[in-house]
Amino acid sequence: MDLVNYLYLASILFALGATTVLLRRNAIVVFMGVELMLNATNLALVTFARLHGDITGQVLAFFVMVVAAAEVVVGLAIIVTIFRARRSASVDDVNLLKS
Amino acid sequence: MMQTLSLAPWLVATPLVGAALLLLVGRLSDRWGHWLGVLASTATFVIGLVILLDMLGVAAEDRVGVHTTASWIDVGPLQVDLGFQVDPLSMTFVMLITFVGSLIHLYSVAYMSHDRDRRRFFAYLNLFVAAMLLLVLADSYLLLFVGWEGVGLASFLLIGFWDHHLPNAVAGKKAFVMNRVGDMGLIAAMMLMLATFGGVDFATVLGSADAADQGTTTAIGLLLLLAACGKSAQLPLQAWLGDAMAGPTPVSALIHAATMVTAGVYLLVRSGPLLEAAPDAQLVIAVVGALTLLFGAIVGCAKDDIKKALAASTMSQIGYMMLAAGLGPVGYAFAIFHLLTHGFFKAGLFLGAGSVMHAMDDDVNMRRFGGLARLLPVTAITMGLGWLAILGVPPFSGFYSKDKIIEVAFVGEGWRPWVFGTVALVGAGITAYYMSRLFFMTFMGRRRWATELAGGAGRDGADGDEAPVRHPHESPWLMTLPMIVLAIGSVGLGFVLNAGDRFVHWLEPVTGHAEHHEPVLPIWLIVTLTLVLVVLGAALAFVQYAVRRVPTTPPPAPALVRAARVDLHQDDVNEGLVMLPGRVLTRSLVFADRTAVDAGWLGLAGGVGRLGGRLRSMQSGYVRQYAAMTLGGLGVIVLVIWLVSGQGAS
Amino acid sequence: MSGGEEVLFWTLAPLMVIAAAGLLVVRRAVHAAVCVVFVMIGLAVLYVAQEAPFLGIVQVVVYTGAVMMLFLFVLMLVGVDAADSLTETIRGQRWIGLLLGAGLAAVLLGVVAQATFPPSVGLAQANAVTNPVALARVLMQDYVVAMEVVGILLVTAALAGLVLTHRRRLGKKPTQRALAEAKVALLPTGRQLTPLPAPGVYAQNNAMDTPALDPEGRPLEHSVPRVLRIRGQQRSATELLTAEETLVQRIQLDRPAPAENGEDR
Repeated sequence: MDLVNYLYLASILFALGATTVLLRRNAIVVFMGVELMLNATNLALVTFARLHGDITGQVLAFFVMVVAAAEVVVGLAIIVTIFRARRSASVDDVNLLKS
Repeated sequence: MMQTLSLAPWLVATPLVGAALLLLVGRLSDRWGHWLGVLASTATFVIGLVILLDMLGVAAEDRVGVHTTASWIDVGPLQVDLGFQVDPLSMTFVMLITFVGSLIHLYSVAYMSHDRDRRRFFAYLNLFVAAMLLLVLADSYLLLFVGWEGVGLASFLLIGFWDHHLPNAVAGKKAFVMNRVGDMGLIAAMMLMLATFGGVDFATVLGSADAADQGTTTAIGLLLLLAACGKSAQLPLQAWLGDAMAGPTPVSALIHAATMVTAGVYLLVRSGPLLEAAPDAQLVIAVVGALTLLFGAIVGCAKDDIKKALAASTMSQIGYMMLAAGLGPVGYAFAIFHLLTHGFFKAGLFLGAGSVMHAMDDDVNMRRFGGLARLLPVTAITMGLGWLAILGVPPFSGFYSKDKIIEVAFVGEGWRPWVFGTVALVGAGITAYYMSRLFFMTFMGRRRWATELAGGAGRDGADGDEAPVRHPHESPWLMTLPMIVLAIGSVGLGFVLNAGDRFVHWLEPVTGHAEHHEPVLPIWLIVTLTLVLVVLGAALAFVQYAVRRVPTTPPPAPALVRAARVDLHQDDVNEGLVMLPGRVLTRSLVFADRTAVDAGWLGLAGGVGRLGGRLRSMQSGYVRQYAAMTLGGLGVIVLVIWLVSGQGAS
Repeated sequence: MSGGEEVLFWTLAPLMVIAAAGLLVVRRAVHAAVCVVFVMIGLAVLYVAQEAPFLGIVQVVVYTGAVMMLFLFVLMLVGVDAADSLTETIRGQRWIGLLLGAGLAAVLLGVVAQATFPPSVGLAQANAVTNPVALARVLMQDYVVAMEVVGILLVTAALAGLVLTHRRRLGKKPTQRALAEAKVALLPTGRQLTPLPAPGVYAQNNAMDTPALDPEGRPLEHSVPRVLRIRGQQRSATELLTAEETLVQRIQLDRPAPAENGEDR
């Protein structure tokens, strides 16, 4: 087996996450899709670290995690606020920017 | 060297400060503003007098000086200073402007006393004096141009001073627009100077005029002539002067008779060395002067409006000056001399006309005057003296200046002396006729108006119409005093200045020494002929307007007279030759702009708008659609990079 | 790559892909969260296998332990009751999404497949001082500034969370009297003054999902909690009544024939 398989797995997970973002309407699930995409990139980073024998890849993955944590806090707070205001967690209901 | 050279800037600054104060302080200065205006003008005259006395005290060759206050424009090769040229020519103008100007300020205090905007009037008058002094004191064409535009502005403001009356506003606009045509000439001339001589100051341009190509100097000369025509109401830009009489009479006296309209003559005389390098331009100047001389004289014969008749006379007299200026150094001194004497007697005549209007309830129709001499004795006498002066009757001042011009017009070779001389001679005869007509219609003959005491209206309704009721009375001393002073000038100025060719020698530092040439006719013959024609003209007018009854409506007349009554169709010519083609041109341009240019761009804009309308449907507001677009775009970018980097091709 | 790792990978990878695909199809957000948790734990295992034990632990602690719990909290807050309907409301969005997802997968897989990779070096040398120490050395030396900045970011995000979810009271806090008066004022609109009726109580089953009966024997719909009603988990009153009738019949059958007692048993 080759390390490339990890990259294939990362690609598939990333594409699935992106598709989730496109297809699901529940804002929380959409957000989970985003998290999935971030995790997929982390997997790729860890794999590259191993491939090149350079631990910096893992450091980058670490940073991604931290930033993702911050993003989750703010993102979920926004979702909660929107839900309070509009009684809905659907991303399709937040279309006031149209026209 | 003159001690008082550094006073020159104050000549401009004093009236300018007066104008600024009057305009800025506003209504608060309504009560004393007119006296401030008089004070500023008089103070300027005093400063001018100090400089003049200083100048008289030094030798002739030291009388030319330039006082540079500051550097004005300093961009690489172009250096223009804020400099003041003080020499006999400019000082002549300074004295004329400030002296006559102060008198007219004084006159206006009384003349405008019932006008609620008297303060604003004086502010404009001061502004005019400042601009006119800047014009004559400038040491470069560019600075002269500032004054040139300044007097144009003041003229515009004062012609339309009573702008609540539409024709006055229109007259102001007309003067302004026609002056702009002339200004184009001055601007173009300055451009040519800059290209040819590398500067616009008098020293550079006039000093190296000999070395320049004759074609260039001719072009500059003709452009300067265009400028002079605009400002001095010469053919073909003469049409505005008659309408300019819409302004208050003191304005007509100061700006449109004595000073501003003579600025063109000043410009040409100042540019003398340049014009001598362009003989063709000189010839054109003389021709223009001769034509305007006749034009104004003919129009003056037919006008019944006392101010318009005087305006036509002004035009004609400036024609004399232009003719003299076109004859070269031999004529410069006499052009300025006539300008000076004309400034006195014409201002006096205008002030007299104002006094008559004051007496006749602002009526200007001479056919409704008559027999006023006994009721307005001071006005009649002062105007009479001015009348004799403009006629050129010895020893009044007009005789010395105008007769010299006629003599000079007869100097030369070939056809020119005969043509110019004859025109000048005939012009003198016509001048005598129309000025006598004006004088007799106003002061002599029978009254063509009525008083209530004398039986009421209709007493002299010769043509069946009612004579208007008037209460003529002599003007207050504030008005008669300036008239008397100007009348004294009209009488004595010529004789005093001409004694021993004093004035000619006075101007020599500027105009250069002119060799004496003999006219083609003997001088005694010319003088005799002139006087005979003048007497004939005056006699004819006397018979027609003092002895015979004057019809109160214009009688049927031959074609020439009818044409002269409407200014020889000058407005029709302008409208036909300039306005109509211009209007057609602009209309067609607007049409082309709408149909071709606008339609194209509007079509393009409409297309973009419709495209935008289509694309707008993409802005659904659904964040998922936006995410899909982002992702699609990302895919496209990755694909392109992949293909371009050659990976896809392998 | 050792054989053991190969087995691990081929066991975990398909499961993870299935779980990730589950994100697309499950109707309940809670189920989606469970799918994501599974993928994340799988990833943690793979990290450990890939010589990144520290990241593996952090993955479990931060993602599975903190982030996903936060997700679940918010789900509770927002309402677990709302099951997503999977019918698409934007025309064509489903096909566009699927197409783009597939295209993205194709592009990414294609890129990975096209790329040539150097022979694997492995992290044995880098991890000689143990993975956390090696990581710390890079982090605290080369990336110390980024590290501090990220710390600031986290603090900012925490504050942002506070500020965003903070509710500002717009008016005065209503007193109990005011609330009571408001309720009474709403009486004509059909508002009930008294507390809602409790759900029906039956010894037979979990009584929360069955409606109470009014004195006339009709079921009271609003006696069942709202969440259960929305989820469709309430038991219909007729069903209950039939069950009750059978019970009554059975009891009545039992009573006249005590001898047959035990037949049903």
